[in-house]
Amino acid sequence: MQTAASEASASWRIDLFVLPLILGLGWLAGILEAARSPDPAMAIQGWTFAACMMGIGVWYLWSYAGRTPADERTPYANDVVKAGVIASMFWAVAGMAVGLILALQLSFPHWFYFPDVPWTNFGRLRPLHTSAVIFAFGGNVLIATSFYVVQRTSRARLWGGSLPWFVFWGYNTFIVLAGTGYLLGITQSKEYAEPEWYADIWLTLVWVCYLLTFLGTIIKRREPHIYVANWFYLSFIVTIAMLHIVNNLSWPVSLLESQSYSLFSGVQSALTQWWYGHNAVGFFLTAGFLGIMYYFIPKRAERPIYSYRLSIVHFWSLIFIYIWAGPHHLLYTALPEWAQTLGMTFSVILWMPSWGGMINGLMTLSGAWDKLRTDPVLRMLVVSVAFYGMSTFEGPVMSVKTVNALSHYTNWTIGHVHSGALGWVAYVSFGAIYCLVPWLWGKKTLYSNALVEWHFWISTLGIVLYITSMWVAGIMQGLMWRAYNEFGFLEYSFAEAVQAMHPYYIIRAIGGGLFLAGVLIMVFNLWKTVRQGAPAAAAAALVPEAAE
Amino acid sequence: MSKKKEVDDVSGTETTGHEWDGIKELNTPLPRWWVVIFIATIVWAVGYWIVMPAWPLVHGYTHGILNHSQRDTVTANVNALKAARAAREHALDHASLKQIQDNPELLQFAMAEGKSVFGDNCAPCHGDGGQGAHGYPNLNDDVWLWGGKLEDIQHTITVGVRSGAPDTRESQMPAFGRDAILKPGEIEDLTQYVVHLSGRRADAGAMRRGGKLFADNCAACHGPEGRGERKVGAPNLTDNEWLYGGAPENIHDQIWNGHGGVMPTWGGRLTRETIKSLAVYVHSLGGGE
Repeated sequence: MQTAASEASASWRIDLFVLPLILGLGWLAGILEAARSPDPAMAIQGWTFAACMMGIGVWYLWSYAGRTPADERTPYANDVVKAGVIASMFWAVAGMAVGLILALQLSFPHWFYFPDVPWTNFGRLRPLHTSAVIFAFGGNVLIATSFYVVQRTSRARLWGGSLPWFVFWGYNTFIVLAGTGYLLGITQSKEYAEPEWYADIWLTLVWVCYLLTFLGTIIKRREPHIYVANWFYLSFIVTIAMLHIVNNLSWPVSLLESQSYSLFSGVQSALTQWWYGHNAVGFFLTAGFLGIMYYFIPKRAERPIYSYRLSIVHFWSLIFIYIWAGPHHLLYTALPEWAQTLGMTFSVILWMPSWGGMINGLMTLSGAWDKLRTDPVLRMLVVSVAFYGMSTFEGPVMSVKTVNALSHYTNWTIGHVHSGALGWVAYVSFGAIYCLVPWLWGKKTLYSNALVEWHFWISTLGIVLYITSMWVAGIMQGLMWRAYNEFGFLEYSFAEAVQAMHPYYIIRAIGGGLFLAGVLIMVFNLWKTVRQGAPAAAAAALVPEAAE
Repeated sequence: MSKKKEVDDVSGTETTGHEWDGIKELNTPLPRWWVVIFIATIVWAVGYWIVMPAWPLVHGYTHGILNHSQRDTVTANVNALKAARAAREHALDHASLKQIQDNPELLQFAMAEGKSVFGDNCAPCHGDGGQGAHGYPNLNDDVWLWGGKLEDIQHTITVGVRSGAPDTRESQMPAFGRDAILKPGEIEDLTQYVVHLSGRRADAGAMRRGGKLFADNCAACHGPEGRGERKVGAPNLTDNEWLYGGAPENIHDQIWNGHGGVMPTWGGRLTRETIKSLAVYVHSLGGGE
């Protein structure tokens, strides 16, 4: 454990040397790209990045000038968490709105077709949607909640002076760079890893700073043990760093151009990509959000965690087994059969380690089940765990070769992803944010519990429409593709299978629209909560242990 | 902060004695069913590894007791399918198109093959029911540019239209406006004349002038009465069926630009037997002669 004096000197170095240096060099690099790149899209990326660096720099000077030593002595850094909550909700609305546009494009291709406006093309909007909901919305929720939780459960202020702020701004700069890049047509065409080399390098830098902030806070903790939520957060941060770096190993065509050559080719590239892709699901969307679950459910239910032993066993089994499961994305492809076997069998073994989290989440409610009737926020958290359980059962089932032969490349996969993304990731995030906003802004309660009820029921209906329509569509699609007539010819053409999807695509768009409507209700409710008059009696609610 | 273990009132279970921000943990043992299923999945996986290809070695990999190979399975499946179709494909190859049509069993097979092949190769342009679209001929009606007999259809499928193949169906209507062969006013007059040909009311003066222009410029291919000529793929202009639209502005556009679409040659892509099936199928859609 480091002393307060050594931490102060580290913070001082970070604030006065490291961060100004990064921002200055970043600005210079952006200007150079903007001025010298022969590729107009890359020049726009350069301007965008330089503008972000300039913006962060101005903000940094402003806040540094106004800072007093008293600010540093408040027990917990809250403002950066607040910023993360606001960014999360902004990206939720943006990302889900793009998702709705895509669903409508698939339902009514004639209405949403603008050949003269290339950035409205499905191929560019699709990664914008996936990145905006996973990395922008999900990522900001993870950063904000992890900063909140690690401080409370370690009884320590975030380490690193202004470093947490740099993590927040730097990460969102990455999001802007990636998103505008997709619209300009820049992509390295790896699913969930579309950003090109320069954005990847920037994210690596930001991620190392995130790791340092998190680890630094854990190291200076004033609790004897590290809380289980922090194990999950830490495994998420460390593993994402490893996955991101390896899958993005590539050589730029030139330092002034956006494109790059991947280090891997052929089936090695595919395997590396899905090792990355599946563990982005495993460590970003599962481990990270289990960290949220392990803090906010016991906190909200005011009950102890059901089983400490289960949390240990399922944590270690989850992270060791997840990393093997990627090849199940490549069943019946050029991937060697032995690798397919390993991917499938480890996916099935993963079932119980995943369910350990569900058991611990649900059983923590024992003795507090009655609260589900009156507290819609707790209900949202609990339903998220139920969806988590459903998706983590469906996943192993779909990874079995026989099932995969039917489900692969169909809408069933889209339904599976969204039962996890909407039901689990988004719901546990909404639950956490509903908790956080009154705590952070010092309000006794939310503006309206009735609006949370509306949000809950509208979006639950949306999820049900979404996933059931995609199940039906996917299974129908799979059956149509494989149907042979008595003479051994395909019964249906590909176009007929597309045509058969139309009603289900419309139902899916309605489901997605309802989900987005729920989020808009939430934004309104949170806005009114922050603006409402009556502040909570004291900041004590914010920092329960500070008065000791 | 409490360090002592206590017993939770609700569950009667002891806590671990740890506490973070008010959160405690019960020391509940692992649920028995959870452990049993976890072990069962591991046992199943180990069994699967023993039977199937599973683990990489320095050279090669463990093949498993079954020595299974996906590639061999696919090859065997494809061969089995080919074998199942072989007798009938052979019969198709040795029968004339007319004989295929007259043999109920062979016809049924050819129709099944034709429908399947049509869906994946022809439907993207001609529509899933062969109903056509702007610029893509309707195959359901009795209007044929290059002939609607079985052999005509078979030949068109084999060589394509303006496909670039040496013996392809070839014709090119001049772009009378774009290439300044006629003056804009003359094209207006011709348009009125063609409107009149299909039995609609047209401007009388324009029609008279257009008649002379038609005889000089169009009749060579479309015939003096505009009834078309299949030898050169020139459409009949009197039947009110239009490939590029029948409204006066569509007709004007066609005279001006002389659109001509391309159909690929299928001779090198589909087998002889498959093209026969396809010809029989298209012939049956409604307009076969």
